[in-house]
Amino acid sequence: MDVPFRSVLWPSSGPAAQASEREAQEVLADLGLAGVFAELTAEGCVEAALRQPLADIGEISYRQAVFADLEAPHLAAAVAAFREAMDQVRRQREQSGRLRHADQAARWLLTAADSYRTAVRALHSALADAAPASQGLQELMRYLGEYLASPAFLTFEAEAEAVRAQLAAVRFTVELRGTRVTVRRAEDVTDLSGEIADIFGRFRQAAAHDDTVRFADYPELNRVEEGIVDRVALLHPKAFAALRAFSRSHQAFPDETIARFDREVAFYLMYLGLCDEIRTAGQGFCRPTLSEDGHDITVSGTFDLALAAKLSRAGGEIVPNDLTLADAERIIVVTGPNQGGKTTFARTFGQLHYLARLGCPVPGKRARLRLCDRVYTHFERAEQAADLQGKLQDELLRLRTILAQATDRSVVVMNESFASTTLRDALFLGREVMARLRERGLLCVYVTFIDELAAGDGVVSMVSQVAPDDPTRRTFRVVRGPANGLAYAMTLAERHGVTLDALRRRLAP
Amino acid sequence: MNVHLMHPARDVDLTSELPPEAEDLAQDLDIEAIVDAMSQGDPHLRSMAERALLTGLTDVAAIRYRQDVLRDCLAQPEAIRRLYALATDVTVGHRRIHGLFFFARSPESVLARSLDLLEFFSERLRELRRLTSDFAPQVRSQGLGQLCATARTELDDAYFATVAAELRELRFANGIHLSAGLGPGCKPDAWVLHRWPAGRRGRWRPRILGTGRDVYAFEIPERDESGLQALADLRGRSVSSVANVLAQSADHILGFFACLRSELGFYVGCLNLHDALVRAGAAPVMPEPCAGGGRLCAKDLRDAALTLRTGGEVVPNDLAADGTELVMITGANQGGKSTFLRGVGLAFVMLRAGMFVAAASFAADVPQGVFTHFKRQEDANLESGKFEEELARLSAIVDRVRPGSVILCNESLAATSEREGSEIARQVVRGLGEAGVRVLFVTHLFDLADSLYRDGGRTGKALFLRADRGEDGRRTFRLREGAPQPTSHGEDLYRSIFGADA
Repeated sequence: MDVPFRSVLWPSSGPAAQASEREAQEVLADLGLAGVFAELTAEGCVEAALRQPLADIGEISYRQAVFADLEAPHLAAAVAAFREAMDQVRRQREQSGRLRHADQAARWLLTAADSYRTAVRALHSALADAAPASQGLQELMRYLGEYLASPAFLTFEAEAEAVRAQLAAVRFTVELRGTRVTVRRAEDVTDLSGEIADIFGRFRQAAAHDDTVRFADYPELNRVEEGIVDRVALLHPKAFAALRAFSRSHQAFPDETIARFDREVAFYLMYLGLCDEIRTAGQGFCRPTLSEDGHDITVSGTFDLALAAKLSRAGGEIVPNDLTLADAERIIVVTGPNQGGKTTFARTFGQLHYLARLGCPVPGKRARLRLCDRVYTHFERAEQAADLQGKLQDELLRLRTILAQATDRSVVVMNESFASTTLRDALFLGREVMARLRERGLLCVYVTFIDELAAGDGVVSMVSQVAPDDPTRRTFRVVRGPANGLAYAMTLAERHGVTLDALRRRLAP
Repeated sequence: MNVHLMHPARDVDLTSELPPEAEDLAQDLDIEAIVDAMSQGDPHLRSMAERALLTGLTDVAAIRYRQDVLRDCLAQPEAIRRLYALATDVTVGHRRIHGLFFFARSPESVLARSLDLLEFFSERLRELRRLTSDFAPQVRSQGLGQLCATARTELDDAYFATVAAELRELRFANGIHLSAGLGPGCKPDAWVLHRWPAGRRGRWRPRILGTGRDVYAFEIPERDESGLQALADLRGRSVSSVANVLAQSADHILGFFACLRSELGFYVGCLNLHDALVRAGAAPVMPEPCAGGGRLCAKDLRDAALTLRTGGEVVPNDLAADGTELVMITGANQGGKSTFLRGVGLAFVMLRAGMFVAAASFAADVPQGVFTHFKRQEDANLESGKFEEELARLSAIVDRVRPGSVILCNESLAATSEREGSEIARQVVRGLGEAGVRVLFVTHLFDLADSLYRDGGRTGKALFLRADRGEDGRRTFRLREGAPQPTSHGEDLYRSIFGADA
């Protein structure tokens, strides 16, 4: 019954063998997630997990529980420290492997061993303190406990400590005279550099830049250093004998399961790190409730993850939005002034459904979502087809592909489609497409500048808002309501932020 | 040792980028004419003049500090020019003598050359002390006073004697004596340089004790090139720290002279400009920098750039705008509106640089920033319309303004219909005014000027000037206080170009 711990990301299966959804890259780019993920990802296995949403609700819950445990700051910090230490172990072992001088290689192996034993012990005690509730971390803790108590590990640890202490005590003097180098046990001597620095202090004020000559510091010993170290080994024979013995008997670390955990847990830490960067009093993250059959959707206080990541660095604040869809409601048409948050709202909708399938917390206070089979996006492609005819054709071809693949469990995000054609054509095309989407019974957000589309049957109209007392002020809120046009006159001035209200906001003390 | 002639507590910063608005400012106000007069063809003077004019001071005390130094310079121009010549001689001359210094990266050669350089500098430092002690009694300003005091106290002969003695010690006649431990990967680590032990000779005989020998030695063979290189590296590493101290000292002294040359370069430029303005019959005056109070008041103010370009034929204007936050300028085409606006702009720029201005008197709150938004003849960026380009430029200015900034607008927002342009301009003027930004606005937009006039009449925060014609219809190029009038004088311009029969 007791299954040994294997993976913190893939409880039953593992990443599917075949390359995940080919379109994923485009969808992630449209949703603004590609940039966010690119900054998160350093580990290959994390990249794979981010691009491969889960289909099974049980696997999603397994990850959600690990996330919940790691939201405790102490535990997250301890796991982060563990990862950093394991990275160091790897670099130190690589260093050891590269060196020709046997004593040097042995010394780097000892250093790696020190880093490793400290890291594993620290992780185990941090887990014991935190008492995790998730299946994933509980099994890991049990695994580590057995590993640390094994006789092989205990011997390894005791010998490493003994050798380290002997080498730390070694000190010696060197005299350089012509081509002759003399090595002695240490004697009492004074520091000359400090005295010189004092005398010339007058000319070395803040303005002086550092002119220190940089020496390439290779890890290898050069001829002179090798000569010195070999003499030091003769002056301290016991310490060096112990070092050589350690290197002969202890090569087998780190443990494979522990190394895999180190790589995979990056998925959680990186995502939670992003959440921490974004989280403020007004905006946070929550674990979404997912249903496989129900259609109703309720999300409160949600926001665009990519925009929030950007704003948290630039120091801006984001406006959260709420969203409710009753069981029969499927299509949301978003209209309203430019720069009013329409596209942001549409991205948010797509992100919610994608992130939920990764097992990740989603932006918002509360979220009840439908487990979808796939997210499709249809955004304007600026870079393709220079002429308008070609551009429109390209848009329609992409749309046909989406409609051919989508099921009633899919989510489609349409952003300013057909903006490149005339108003009349765009209205015609919009109505046609809307009818097909409705027929399919899938969930869709449709951002458009054409107010008429919001008035169609079976459509939920939402509008990006301006302040009620002042039509030139955007609120970035998107709420249910009939579409209303806004005069073009001030739009340019607004876009450049030079209307009275924009100035008041920008020049506020 | 510090120069501190341009700022009370720091050297002039030559590396910082000019503010983003500098390019527009230089173009719109023809700062080039001022820079030409200051530099007289010397590229170093030119760069200092540009930097001082385009990165203005914002603090009254800092401006007065510079004005005081400038007064001393105007009182003793020859002494200042001699000091500038010395600083130039050292800065340029050291390269001739020690041209390879900064490429010599071996610490032992750095050490040797640092000694040579320090000797070269010590003679020039004595010359500096002599020059400054000559004119010190006449100095009134804090800035030059500090420089004279530094030369007197820091550059004494006793100190240079100590330095020379220590440099002899650093020749390491016996050898180099070091200690170390074992670092990462058993590499010798934590090297410390020591004085050679008194009485120790280079030869020794190994002693065999009960626990084994306590000293070993080895030779690097003469033909082992990589071994000799490693030995040289270790020697270099050992003296690197002391070599660095000496090189930094030499650097600092060189930096001191370079900074002296830069900062004096600004004042020498001011001396040149002063001469040029006097020759053009527009003797300048030291302006009065103010803080708070909303001061802006001038007598016989001229556009200094145009004065220099034309040799003096510029009509002076007065301006009495104390306590206002907006100056609207309307009236006849080619009636001197733009020239007036440029003149005020240059006065602000020169005030902020700590310089004199081309006027009989000038007093103003020190602008926290000076920005220009002038009509452009051509749209550089074909993607956006002309109006949108204006808005983008305005928005970039809004990014930079702070309370207490000044914006000079010349026919702004006129690249659209009068109604739309006026509406947006009204909002801009009001938004900037509320934020404590002073606006000087030359405009044709009657809708704008008229509505602001009626509004400003109530608050008294706005001054309206008009470019007028005399009785005979000729322009006087003098501006007078007056309400905006519904028509511009394009008809006049048309007649003067096409003749009276048109």
